[in-house]
Amino acid sequence: MNFNSALFIPEFLQLAMTLVLFLQALAKPQQEQAAGGASLAAQTAWVPVGAVAVAVAAAFSLGDSGMMFWDAYKIDGLSQFFKLAVAVGFAIAALNASNQPTLEANKRADYFMLLSLSALGLMILASAVELITIYLALEISSYSLYALIPLRGKDPRASEAGIKYILFGAAATALALFGLSYILASQHSSYLAVLTTKPWSWAEAPLAIGGLTLFMVGFFFKLALFPFHFWCPDVYDGTSNETAAYAATVPKLGAVVILIRLAAMLKPGLEITTVLAVLGAASMTFGNLAALTQKDIKRILGYSSVSHAGYVMLGLVAASPKGLAAAGFYSLVYLLMNLTCFWVVCRLATDGRNLQLDDLNGLYKRAPFLAFVLAVAAFSLVGLPPTAGFMGKLFLLTSAWNRGYDWLVIVAAVNTAIAIYYYLNLVRHAYTREAEGEFVQPRADSALWGGVLAAVILILGAIPAPVFKWAEAAGRQLMP
Amino acid sequence: MSQSTWPILSFLIFFPVAGCLVLPFLKEEKTIRLFTLVVGLVEAALCLPLFNFDMTQQGYQFVERAEWVKDWGLSYYLGMDGISLLMVLLTALLLPLCVLCSWSYISKRVKEFHFSLLMMTSACIGVFLALDFVLFYIFWEAMLVPMFLLIAVWGGPDRRYASLKFFLYTLAGSTLLLVAMVAFYWAGGTFSIPELSAKTYSFKFQYWTFLAMALAFAIKVPMFPFHTWLPAAHVEAPTAGSVLLKMGAYGFLRFCLPLTPAASQYFAPMMIAISIVSILYGGFVALGQRDMKKLIAYSSVAHMGFVTLGIFLFSLRGFEGALMVMLNHGITTGGLFMLVGAIYERSHSREISENLGLGKYLPAYMFFFGLFALSSLGFPGTNSFVGELLVLIGAFKADPWIGAAIVPGVMLGAAYMLRLGQKLAWGEPAKAKEWKDLNTREWAYFVPLAILVFYLGLALGLTLRAMDPTLNRVLDEFRSRSGVTATATVPETHLSLALETNAAGQAHKLPR
Repeated sequence: MNFNSALFIPEFLQLAMTLVLFLQALAKPQQEQAAGGASLAAQTAWVPVGAVAVAVAAAFSLGDSGMMFWDAYKIDGLSQFFKLAVAVGFAIAALNASNQPTLEANKRADYFMLLSLSALGLMILASAVELITIYLALEISSYSLYALIPLRGKDPRASEAGIKYILFGAAATALALFGLSYILASQHSSYLAVLTTKPWSWAEAPLAIGGLTLFMVGFFFKLALFPFHFWCPDVYDGTSNETAAYAATVPKLGAVVILIRLAAMLKPGLEITTVLAVLGAASMTFGNLAALTQKDIKRILGYSSVSHAGYVMLGLVAASPKGLAAAGFYSLVYLLMNLTCFWVVCRLATDGRNLQLDDLNGLYKRAPFLAFVLAVAAFSLVGLPPTAGFMGKLFLLTSAWNRGYDWLVIVAAVNTAIAIYYYLNLVRHAYTREAEGEFVQPRADSALWGGVLAAVILILGAIPAPVFKWAEAAGRQLMP
Repeated sequence: MSQSTWPILSFLIFFPVAGCLVLPFLKEEKTIRLFTLVVGLVEAALCLPLFNFDMTQQGYQFVERAEWVKDWGLSYYLGMDGISLLMVLLTALLLPLCVLCSWSYISKRVKEFHFSLLMMTSACIGVFLALDFVLFYIFWEAMLVPMFLLIAVWGGPDRRYASLKFFLYTLAGSTLLLVAMVAFYWAGGTFSIPELSAKTYSFKFQYWTFLAMALAFAIKVPMFPFHTWLPAAHVEAPTAGSVLLKMGAYGFLRFCLPLTPAASQYFAPMMIAISIVSILYGGFVALGQRDMKKLIAYSSVAHMGFVTLGIFLFSLRGFEGALMVMLNHGITTGGLFMLVGAIYERSHSREISENLGLGKYLPAYMFFFGLFALSSLGFPGTNSFVGELLVLIGAFKADPWIGAAIVPGVMLGAAYMLRLGQKLAWGEPAKAKEWKDLNTREWAYFVPLAILVFYLGLALGLTLRAMDPTLNRVLDEFRSRSGVTATATVPETHLSLALETNAAGQAHKLPR
């Protein structure tokens, strides 16, 4: 076993954090008698700090490369880029969840342990280059999420969401496993490095194509790509705002990284690439149309994530280093802008309820800065300049043009026009309507981190080059 | 192209943004207004170095270029030619006037209002100066959000509907512009507009990209079937918001003609037809309005018809006329909107019937109204006369039928404007007795506009000298690449000949 501990630092730190949280969860009953709820809540206050440490470690590991664990685990540009994205997303989500109103104090350690474990699974997923490893990493991240979803006080909707998620998830992963067996049977290898050299057209390897399609379904489910999206709005709706913020963003990175690795094997014009393009077009159109009529903000964001999954397909079907890089960059941007949106939602829902559009009314007066942060995030989700969302979308559209999928580019552009309506609705409620009755004031310090997130979105929109450089390097390593 | 050391253009674009960053720290409403006014005046002062502009050169000046995102060929590329010079000067001049005219009109959320106003000015100037397609698109879209807020927050009673319509329309138009941009990147290998303009594209490619770009610009202009957002938006927008919108026609000149010359030639008959429809339709609808702002908004549709008509005549006179009408529209229609705003502060109504008989009680107001109304209908001696005349000359030169078709449009302009002016001046006064005439602040923003009306109407030499080299370049490039060597094949009629010598004499008498 070729193990190089220096290359493993981010995962190692994440693992250590999970273990500490595990111990804290075990030590809970005694402490509860000794101290009571307040200290239990304070017990997990270090988690965001630890998560930032992991992110810093991941940032330092950006240039690393190497193989580990009998070549099943690869440290390269792509894996490190996504590890950093997962770590950043986890840090923001942990900070966001640190004072969760619908979570009992004695469950905090368990909650963060599961959250951390899920992030660890995604980090491993980013580096996995062997189908069975990929499958296991996917399961590590999914199983902890299955347990997280129902943790919302005694809310029955959360249990419903949990059941939905686990049933859909189990079915999707079963399909993925089934597909894996077909790939093994026809291509005689589970290593991506070997699979890359094999033919991937219907004429030459029909069984493998069928297998790969089924294998991808597992990730389409994670990504909430049409028609595997049905769980998405319901689960966001049912689970707590903070859990939804995590589930809507970070796990998608894991799905994108694997799809990028798989797409690197494909060439434009192959049947399976067309499948990706068609699903992408359907996903963005369906997601946007369905979001138009929603009133619940989490459902809006749920359908919006269905449509964003479609946009990412643009980069994958381009099958060029730049396309893969654009997909990677866009998923990072998606993570940031969606977490920013959820940040505002979680700050406003001080009692942990689901926010309706009308709850945003008069936000400009109650919390002017949060209203501004929400506007930046919403316009970034539409893809309006000068935000990072625009740059991400521009890169995606540019990479996919002239690769045989011009129609997909046009569909994506037209979808922007559809999407503006419901994102603009968020801004309209926040800025142009007056609040009726009393509203809970959001905490003052919440504006600080929201402001940081909004600033990052704007800065990434103005100078995307330094971050994109890493994504580009990753893309070129995959497709020289 | 001259490379300047001092980044004048960047300063012009980003100075208002810098002003925005200070605004949140100001508390008093009065300080905010004063501060924004100062920003506006400094911005206008920042335009002074632009008088170094070399009017003999055809190319871009004050060029600034830096690499931005190398992997995708994006660059931070700014430059100014004769067209953008005039547009930038107009925008910078209107900013302090807008602050002044909103001084007492805007009473709620003053800080946000001035924030939006400054942001919009920045974006507007950026649109005129950007020479990188993506940079242009960023400024183009960045304008939407402040404009949306201006309408949605400070607009009239129907503001929610109007703002949504405005946003959806203009954004829907520009999504296809984005696709065209991407397509050009692949066809030309760069996002730089001058470099893209130097390349030739297949007709099929031009055909589709022209349609995609023309849709975006036609909505923004707005041209006839896409004009319905304009009355809604302009009527509901506060005065300051109604003034700053002259982008679409610029897009036609800067993008459609240089990038897709053959397709522009191919679609010219359609564009000319739509322009004529815009002129006549706008005029007729304006004739039937009771709301003053609506009337002026529909008159804008007609004026913009002259602009697009002038552009698609592909002659120097047409181009000059189009550009002049664009400038004049900013001045005259801007002035008229401000006048409506001023009377609205007194009567709280924009209905013509509520504002009758001002001649006796508000003589100074009525003087300016009469002046801008005459200018709007193209009375000789005022600015609009020059613009419309040049377009008419171009039209008659191209085809007497085109010229004949728009003559009724000119007469309609006289009809609706005189009707409005007559009612306002001599109608039966209802409430006008108690109203006060213009105060100092109002004088302060009407006088500069009035001076411009006469200056551009009587001494347009400087303006033509500034724009002619650029327009000649656009025209030469267009002719050499669209496969057309001469525009007018129809023998010149006596009338158009007379007009030609007249205007040419006017232009050449002035020192060169």
